[in-house]
Amino acid sequence: MNIDSVKFRLGKNRGFQILIYVLAFACVVPLLAILLFIIKAGITKINWHFLVNIPKPVGETGGGIANALVGSIIIILVASVIAIPIGILAGVYLSENRKSKLAYWTRLSTDILQGVPSIVIGIVAYFWLVKPLRGFSALSGSVALAIMMLPIVVRSTEETLKLLPPSLKEAALALGMPFHRVIFKVVIPVGIGGILSGVMLSIARITGETAPLLFTAFGNPYLSFKLTKPMQSLPLLIFNYATSPYNDWHDLAWGASLILLVWVIFLNIFTKIITRKWKVQL
Amino acid sequence: MESTIIKSRNFNASFGSNHVVKNVNIDIPRNHIIAVMGPSGCGKTTYLRCINRMHELIPGATSSGEMDLNGEDVYQMHPIFVRLKIGMVFQRPNPFPNLSIYDNVIAGYKLNGIKLPKAERDRIVEQSLTKVALWKEVKDSLNKKGSFLSGGQQQRLCIARTVAMEPEVILFDEPTSALDPISTSTVEELFHELKANYTLIIVTHNMQQAARVSDKTAFFFLGELVEYDETKIMFTNPKDNRTQNYITGRFS
Ligand SMILES: Nc1ncnc2c1ncn2[C@@H]1O[C@H](COP(=O)(O)OP(=O)(O)OP(=O)(O)O)[C@@H](O)[C@H]1O
Ligand SMILES: [Mg+2]
Repeated sequence: MNIDSVKFRLGKNRGFQILIYVLAFACVVPLLAILLFIIKAGITKINWHFLVNIPKPVGETGGGIANALVGSIIIILVASVIAIPIGILAGVYLSENRKSKLAYWTRLSTDILQGVPSIVIGIVAYFWLVKPLRGFSALSGSVALAIMMLPIVVRSTEETLKLLPPSLKEAALALGMPFHRVIFKVVIPVGIGGILSGVMLSIARITGETAPLLFTAFGNPYLSFKLTKPMQSLPLLIFNYATSPYNDWHDLAWGASLILLVWVIFLNIFTKIITRKWKVQL
Repeated sequence: MESTIIKSRNFNASFGSNHVVKNVNIDIPRNHIIAVMGPSGCGKTTYLRCINRMHELIPGATSSGEMDLNGEDVYQMHPIFVRLKIGMVFQRPNPFPNLSIYDNVIAGYKLNGIKLPKAERDRIVEQSLTKVALWKEVKDSLNKKGSFLSGGQQQRLCIARTVAMEPEVILFDEPTSALDPISTSTVEELFHELKANYTLIIVTHNMQQAARVSDKTAFFFLGELVEYDETKIMFTNPKDNRTQNYITGRFS
């Protein structure tokens, strides 16, 4: 083997290393670009006034996004209250009955549900809830979002519980514990880190969903706490105000975008902390 | 006079069509240590798990015949009641990783929702840990998680957790096979202490262990109970030549 061919191969190797560095960095660029852009556009709009006031009518300056902030929190809370218990229990069922027919169909449906476009879920919620109840409502928005959360919660619960050693359950059963106590006092507490991280990710996932809310929660220029009435939310506000012709409203949309972004980043970091902190050393 | 605590008659157990425990008849005397031996796969674990009705938790597992505890068929009782009377210690230590040492000991009460006054709980914890010779080692770290203990300590914690429920019988499935020699001898010494209050049934592959700790030995072969006698007799003068072959190491 001559020295030139070795040199050539070393050169190729160096080239390859540089390429993967560049590609890895290329993945970071879009996030950085978005972050910088939104921060630049939004940071000057955000202050206390912005957070505690509702939007002003066209022509008046100032105003804030309090109605959207409160609305988003309410809609997400209600969606969580619906989706989390159902999702966790369905996940428990799947990990306990791996081979049953029902488990097979449940698994298949959650997989498909995960791929259903959010706008389709919005339309379905519209026909199921908004039309029969004769009006847009925060509740129907929560139901649509809960449907989107479900598959994530179900599958992350299942995957977490499947990894627990069977000896854990046997230990509990051998102490004379009935099945439901084994699940609630041993299996879920030991797997809580993984389950919660799935829950947090599902919340992060629905926080920015706009499409299903267009047909359901609809939006509301005023502060509302009524689940049966239309309610504003951050993504709806961004959608409506960013596409309006008014500069003041654009400012609100930029500020709201930044809040939304911070919220999602915060949730992701929080998820990492929870997974690490609440991980039970087996 | 010895009284019988566990009695099996024509007891059979299967996994689906795999018949693994065949027509077992045995009388186990109270406050004795019984060693269960036999080659791998001969159904020792399966038989043991039939005694406290853990076998039936496996999908497809079935059993038939009579299994009495104090003259009452355990298969006529509620399984939860059976498991409170007949405790079990597993091959690998399996303390509850989410609970402290203290809570692990009273897990049978705490997780079953049985409320006890604090003084009573303290008493049970100290007493149980003392019985398994763990109290001195852990009394200053009762609030630490059980999974921080060494393997041998974890196994004694698991025994303490079982003892805390005051069962009548404790089943051990190869309790020392995951432990180092020192932990093993600590656990063996424990067996002698526990004998005063409990009946112990111990599956073991370790013949020296069986000889050291047990009063009677049962020898299983291909799902049958081949021979069951005083340990001394089993090791010096077995009647069945399958027992003899096993003990002299002609197969394992
Ligand atoms: N969970 C199970 N499902 C199906 N078959 C099983 C199961 N556990 C054990 N068996 C079968 O039952 C038979 C007896 O197994 P068992 O575990 O009782 O043997 P063992 O005497 O305890 O063996 P070892 O000394 O290796 O622990 C084996 O042939 C095994 O294939
Ligand atoms: Mg075994």
